[in-house]
Amino acid sequence: MGVDWQTFWPRIVEATGQTILMVAVTLVIGSIFGIIIGLLLFVTRKGNILENAFLYQIINFLINIIRPIPFIIFLVAISPLTREVIGTTIGTWAAIFPMSIAAAFSIARVVENNFISIDPGVIEAAKAMGASPLQIIYTILIPEALGPLVLGLTFITISLIDFSAMAGTVGGGGLGHVAMTYGYQRFDTSVMIVTVVILIVLVQLAQWVGNTLSRKILRR
Amino acid sequence: MITFKDVSKTFTIGKREVHAVRNVNLTIEEGEIFGIIGFSGAGKSTLLRLVNVLENPTAGAVEVQGVDLASLRPTEVRKVRRRIGMIFQNFNLLTSRTVAGNVAYPLKLAKMPRAKIKERVEELLRFVGLSDKAKDYPEQLSGGQKQRVGIARALATSPDILICDEATSALDPDTTGEILRLLKKVNKEFGITILLITHEMHVIQSICDKVAVMEDGEVIESGGVFDTFTSPAHQTTKRFIRSVQQDLPSPSLLDEWRQKGGKQLYRIIFKGEVASDPVLSRVTRKHDIDVNIVYGSVQEIQAKFYGNLLVSFDGDVGKTANAVEELNEIVQIEEVDVTWA
Ligand SMILES: Nc1ncnc2c1ncn2[C@@H]1O[C@H](COP(=O)(O)OP(=O)(O)OP(=O)(O)O)[C@@H](O)[C@H]1O
Ligand SMILES: [Mg+2]
Repeated sequence: MGVDWQTFWPRIVEATGQTILMVAVTLVIGSIFGIIIGLLLFVTRKGNILENAFLYQIINFLINIIRPIPFIIFLVAISPLTREVIGTTIGTWAAIFPMSIAAAFSIARVVENNFISIDPGVIEAAKAMGASPLQIIYTILIPEALGPLVLGLTFITISLIDFSAMAGTVGGGGLGHVAMTYGYQRFDTSVMIVTVVILIVLVQLAQWVGNTLSRKILRR
Repeated sequence: MITFKDVSKTFTIGKREVHAVRNVNLTIEEGEIFGIIGFSGAGKSTLLRLVNVLENPTAGAVEVQGVDLASLRPTEVRKVRRRIGMIFQNFNLLTSRTVAGNVAYPLKLAKMPRAKIKERVEELLRFVGLSDKAKDYPEQLSGGQKQRVGIARALATSPDILICDEATSALDPDTTGEILRLLKKVNKEFGITILLITHEMHVIQSICDKVAVMEDGEVIESGGVFDTFTSPAHQTTKRFIRSVQQDLPSPSLLDEWRQKGGKQLYRIIFKGEVASDPVLSRVTRKHDIDVNIVYGSVQEIQAKFYGNLLVSFDGDVGKTANAVEELNEIVQIEEVDVTWA
């Protein structure tokens, strides 16, 4: 059996749009929270500019319990919360909620690692020049870590495309949903191939944008 | 200008205590170049970091321009830090900013207007001789150039004090010389007090007015560079001096000297102007003996001569004794016992 491509194309286009929307919105929300959490984690570390063992332990613990949970399980596990916040557990926005939470904690770890790799001497130099903790954050930490941070976010974006496909299989819409209903349940190979090709193109695109940006920032 | 009053700093790592600085009393006067020398782990960096409150003392007080640093609130600490420039062994430049951006950074922190910043940055880069590198990034510079940027950046807010943590330790000898000359110029032209730490006696010898020797967190000796250099009191100080000035030949050479029936050796120390006098030849000619310079050097320390020579005399024993006696009135002379060497 085959599909009617005449009516199918618009569905593909719509699903691609949904995937891009899910990934883009999640990336923005996840980055905002991820950077804030990662920053808090870094500055509250022992010996750092706003050392606070209590806060550090709490954030560290949260990240460590959320990150290892496979996304598909996390998705289902927090669905009651999703229903509370979004009002439904089905559709693009209902997928964005758990994706953003998972992304924020992954990004937090990436951000923390990028900050750790900044030469502590540079932070010390800024301090010696009279920079306040807040000034250190936005004039040293963020600009100095930006290049590797963009690469880290690119990596996250690609796993978000993966997440979005999983969210699609449980009613999130997007290419995952299309692949599931047409490809898996109706054994339509051509639909499968089309979605796979689109996913590959999206991943390549994300990688290319990320590489180009980080190369600009890192000047190499 | 900077006073350490019975200052101690103890780090506690778990249950272990590290006494990085112990009971240090020092005064650094306005306008001088003060060097602190010591081996690795002596506590030099810790002592230096107390001056701009990167560390706080566990006992005692550090005063800068008459103000006890412990009495300051965080905002006041940041103001004081702008009066104290700091340069580092590893330069610590911001990799995401250009040379000009690095020099402009402390001015931005101090909220100087944009146009003024530009002017000041140009002036500073001209001073350190890097006008043509303004748009380069730190990774494109050599070590010496990076340190020049570090110096320009440290001078940006027109500080009264410059503190240097091993500023030349990562540089080759030529570049070290260049940077030291630049520091001297900073001191002369702007009257900036410099407090530097180093493990190289050569650095102390070339630019410092005063020196303090640190060991195990303590200042074991301090004073004028010339005096400390020419009459060191402490064994560690002597070791540092020997690193720039060999005062005894190697044991194997001494051995050979003895086996060949070498005569009694004398050490003659000239200080200040005396070194330029032809003392030796005059006195030996008068007593009709010959002098044989076996070993030694004449150096310039703080624009004064310092000679340290190992000599022997050929001639009649009585005449030699007379000559030594006469020399002893003009210079420092002593018999050297080489049997232990
Ligand atoms: N933040 C710290 N925490 C714990 N111990 C420290 C700390 N900073 C320095 N120390 C210890 O204090 C002692 C003195 O260190 P310091 O860095 O002041 O020595 P230094 O004379 O500058 O040595 P170097 O020439 O190697 O730089 C060392 O034993 C060091 O391990
Ligand atoms: Mg040190």
